[in-house]
Amino acid sequence: MNNFAFRRTTTVADTIALMEPTAANRVIAGGTNLIDLLKYVVTEADLLVDINGIESMRTVDQLDQGGVRIGALLTNAQTAYHPIIETEYPLLSKAILAGASAQIRNMATNGGNLLQRTRCYYFYDPNAPCNKRTPGSGCSAVNGYNRIHAILGHSEQCIAVFPSDMCVALAALDATVNVVGPHGNRIIPFQDFHRLPGDTPHLDNNLQYDELITGIDLPKQGFGDYYSYLKLRDRSSYSFALVAVASAFTIEDGLIRDARIALGGVSHKPWRISEAEQFLIDKIPDRKYFETAAQMVTDGAVAFTHNKFKIDLAQRAIVRNCLMALNPKTQRPGAKPSL
Amino acid sequence: MSLFYRHFFLLATFNWKRMMNEKHTVSLRVNGKEQQLTLLPWVSLLDALREHLHLTGTKKGCDHGQCGACTVLVDGRRVLSCLTLAVMKEGATITTIEGLTTDDELHPLQQAFIKHDAFQCGYCTPGQICSALGMFAEGKACTREEVQELMSGNLCRCGANRGIIDAIMEVKKELYE
Repeated sequence: MNNFAFRRTTTVADTIALMEPTAANRVIAGGTNLIDLLKYVVTEADLLVDINGIESMRTVDQLDQGGVRIGALLTNAQTAYHPIIETEYPLLSKAILAGASAQIRNMATNGGNLLQRTRCYYFYDPNAPCNKRTPGSGCSAVNGYNRIHAILGHSEQCIAVFPSDMCVALAALDATVNVVGPHGNRIIPFQDFHRLPGDTPHLDNNLQYDELITGIDLPKQGFGDYYSYLKLRDRSSYSFALVAVASAFTIEDGLIRDARIALGGVSHKPWRISEAEQFLIDKIPDRKYFETAAQMVTDGAVAFTHNKFKIDLAQRAIVRNCLMALNPKTQRPGAKPSL
Repeated sequence: MSLFYRHFFLLATFNWKRMMNEKHTVSLRVNGKEQQLTLLPWVSLLDALREHLHLTGTKKGCDHGQCGACTVLVDGRRVLSCLTLAVMKEGATITTIEGLTTDDELHPLQQAFIKHDAFQCGYCTPGQICSALGMFAEGKACTREEVQELMSGNLCRCGANRGIIDAIMEVKKELYE
């Protein structure tokens, strides 16, 4: 780690006052990713601002217009086990509990989960070229060992994937992100929060360096009846996804009335294709329609030397998880395959 | 023009680099004893425990949050001390493996680890035991499959996992059911 200064704040205003338009001053909350990045000297900081004293960002509140606001400083575990989230947003609860380990979920915060960085091993290796870490240096993964890398939305400059499970569920639920900066508040729709790499892979998301996430709003529809989160990985727990799927439906009179399918582990952001979801509306929940939807979600996928298996795996995972969503009670701890 | 702005920016910005060697005082209650430490901000809770308080029961495995060997209880919750800055835990209550024994009497979970042969080299054991106690307090693990899932943050390279889960299941049944 480089040497840095340290300050604690207790209000959002005090925190914003300490931030800069550059990455030099960093907010620290759970620290589970930032401290690791500092240890590898992938990230350097002049100042760490400890925001854990901001009590107003540690609540779950019902919103007047329906829906729920989860505070940015609530830990992942507090969120996943919160009675409102467990009963009304079980997809979010399942997705959070599929990520990391119990210890890390006790530390990591909701705001930080959105801001975690890729686990591409070349990004973490200061001896390897990486456009995300050092813009313009090249991508080691494109022609390297790219088994864990992207099949959708990648660019010549970067094929890294965004590692969060929680964000796959938040994308499926159409969450919005509340942000405060020196020029006031912003509300960012979840699909607009994270970015595709394009020519600027060093930018993971659209949050400015002097802005702070204060909370995440969940719409009223929580898909409590038909939902499933499936996470496929090399190890059955405590490992990042090769492919993850969040599926959620509302079903009336035997027909699908609302459908959500989001993919994790395959792109620089949670991957949703609205055409595939629209296709399922007013259909009976049947394997043949899920297979068509799976084709639509993965349309245009391009794999590399070592991750060709991911295209087939993603399609099968979508079909299986949509079938699992019809019977949520069969789901197993850790978002393992069931049925 | 851009040079001018850059120059102006550097002048207008407070230079935090001057404050980098500033130490911070932090009060911790470790295993029932009040401790006051004066630390640089980048000292991890793990290093504070091991190097400053000489409580070497908590182990440094990977130092990157991947193995769970450094697990301790902070205000009753299991966390990774290697990914925690000590200065961020002002006023916290910390329990390490050294805090579990009373009058040379081993904690029931420690006794169960011996009974079930739940270790070989023993390096992961303090983290496993602190993690299991944190899990009991969370109250979310009922079945063996749930215990395995919620203990997955603690790796055992000797492969004593079956004995570890056996020991945890036995103590869970005896003390918490």
